[in-house]
Amino acid sequence: MVYNEPSPLETRVLSRRFGMPHSESIDTYLATEGYQAFRKAAKMTPDQIINEMKASNLRGRGGAGFPAGMKWSFVPRTSPKPKYIVVNADEGEPGTCKDRVLMENDPHQLIEGVLISGLAVDAHAGWIYIRGEYRYLIDIMDRAIAEAYQRGWLGKNIQGTGFDFELYTHTGAGSYECGEESALLESLEGKRGVPRIRPPFPAVVGAFQCPTVLNNVETFCAAPAIILNGGAAFAALGVPKAGGTKMTCLTGHINKPGVYELRLGFPVKQMIEEVGGGMRNGKKMKAFIPGGSSCPVLTAAECEGATMDYDSMAQRKSMLGSGGVVIMDEDTCMVKACLRLMKFYAHESCGWCIPCREGTTWLNKIMTRFHDGGGTEQDIGLLGDIAKNMLGRTFCPLGDAAALPMISIVEKFRPEFEDHLNGKPCPFEHSNRMVTA
Amino acid sequence: MTFSPQLEARFAKLLESYPAGRQRAAMIPMLLYAQDEVGSVTDELVEEVAQRVGVTPLQVNEVVSYYSMLHRQPRGKYHVQVCTNISCLLHDADRLLEHTCRKLGIENHGVTADGQFSIEEVECMGACSWAPAIQINYDFHHFVTPDKLDRLLDGLRKKQ
Repeated sequence: MVYNEPSPLETRVLSRRFGMPHSESIDTYLATEGYQAFRKAAKMTPDQIINEMKASNLRGRGGAGFPAGMKWSFVPRTSPKPKYIVVNADEGEPGTCKDRVLMENDPHQLIEGVLISGLAVDAHAGWIYIRGEYRYLIDIMDRAIAEAYQRGWLGKNIQGTGFDFELYTHTGAGSYECGEESALLESLEGKRGVPRIRPPFPAVVGAFQCPTVLNNVETFCAAPAIILNGGAAFAALGVPKAGGTKMTCLTGHINKPGVYELRLGFPVKQMIEEVGGGMRNGKKMKAFIPGGSSCPVLTAAECEGATMDYDSMAQRKSMLGSGGVVIMDEDTCMVKACLRLMKFYAHESCGWCIPCREGTTWLNKIMTRFHDGGGTEQDIGLLGDIAKNMLGRTFCPLGDAAALPMISIVEKFRPEFEDHLNGKPCPFEHSNRMVTA
Repeated sequence: MTFSPQLEARFAKLLESYPAGRQRAAMIPMLLYAQDEVGSVTDELVEEVAQRVGVTPLQVNEVVSYYSMLHRQPRGKYHVQVCTNISCLLHDADRLLEHTCRKLGIENHGVTADGQFSIEEVECMGACSWAPAIQINYDFHHFVTPDKLDRLLDGLRKKQ
């Protein structure tokens, strides 16, 4: 189902079937150009498919933003090993709920994207790794996969093309770290979700030690439109160095939270005011997270003139990330928000490397004491120091993911930390919004 | 151990879903699906899964201890999971958690004496645009207010 009203400002490419009756069924899919991109791709060479993906300027939608066509091209063609496709549906970045609606409303689009990727790298098997909490989506994907097998869109000799592909779902069991690609592969193989040392990258040594294309759900979902309408058409929807649209999750203190498909480069101000219906209760915005809690936080002033794309966010020393936008109003206690994030990263650190394991633990401990009124002036510097010492010193990006919001919040909202010093009660605790019984 | 025919069929399918010699990959799905039927990851279940996927019980245990959804102790029949991460927090999920605890008369991670309900504060569950959100077992509930929560829990109590 669709959880929010669409906005007229959306550019609906990946979400174009949302809201259609039985949008999840193969009949709806086939009636609306579904699997036509596969038919087209089956007549193309792997190089032609990859070149089309490159021309689309599609960058990975999980958060890292690596060019997808490039990633596909790294799979060694001459390797005698089988090649695999793995879909990262371990959506867990706080603020992000877009892969959920993509799978729920249009599961066949994802299957077709996987098939196109399979054609491009000569893979014949794939897994969709879905977080354990999304059990109902595993059921939806299983039903869609079964439909595709019945109608000959999966299995042996798909639609007489001679191409075989087997696709499976695989459940996670509760771990944010398993959204990191190499930890996901460990988890897929039945192990603890601890990252692998890279290189070698998954394109060369991935699932079950074989070359693997591993992308986010949204990345695969873009492939059918790219092949069908051409890479250039997709690229034209975005900005020069990043093509297409982004499934954007508006969350926090706005009037119309929801998941909206917006072209890359969409102005932040217009997104908040027009797509999101403006700030709730007419409040002012204090802080803005562009794409999931791992991005550096921006102030309202920094959002002036910003657009939702990789470069605009990089210029502001933040990231476009996963599309999980978090909007905080003037009544938000940034110390409390920061504490909650540090608690999250401390809980989710896999514990393998010391800067992350110890760093997140101590950031959480100090933030807890600080918010309770036990903070000292020295702590403010210490929080930044610990976080800066984590940056770039961990096996996987989880360490940076904790450090970046910490550094940005303590630097940009230092007066709020000072307001909590010397046993002062949190100045925002009075700001009851939802009063409990 | 004996499982329901449906779970056995699922196990059989799982064991065929991975490359030859890689049946260990079925371990985590088997544990989670079996936990749903058994109630928790018992010692007996650890042994059973170890034997079926061809690893030692210790190798299963080290996996069980890593994943937050796998648990060695039984939880309530209705496991109420309250997300308090950032997007839910901005909609006062911390107060919703407190309210849930008061309503059921148990602490976070507790189980009611009759074994019907348990509470867990959880990390982001992917319902950020429809915050605050909770899950009761695998069912999502969005835009949860204290009143809505009361109605949900009262409804489940009546069902018993």
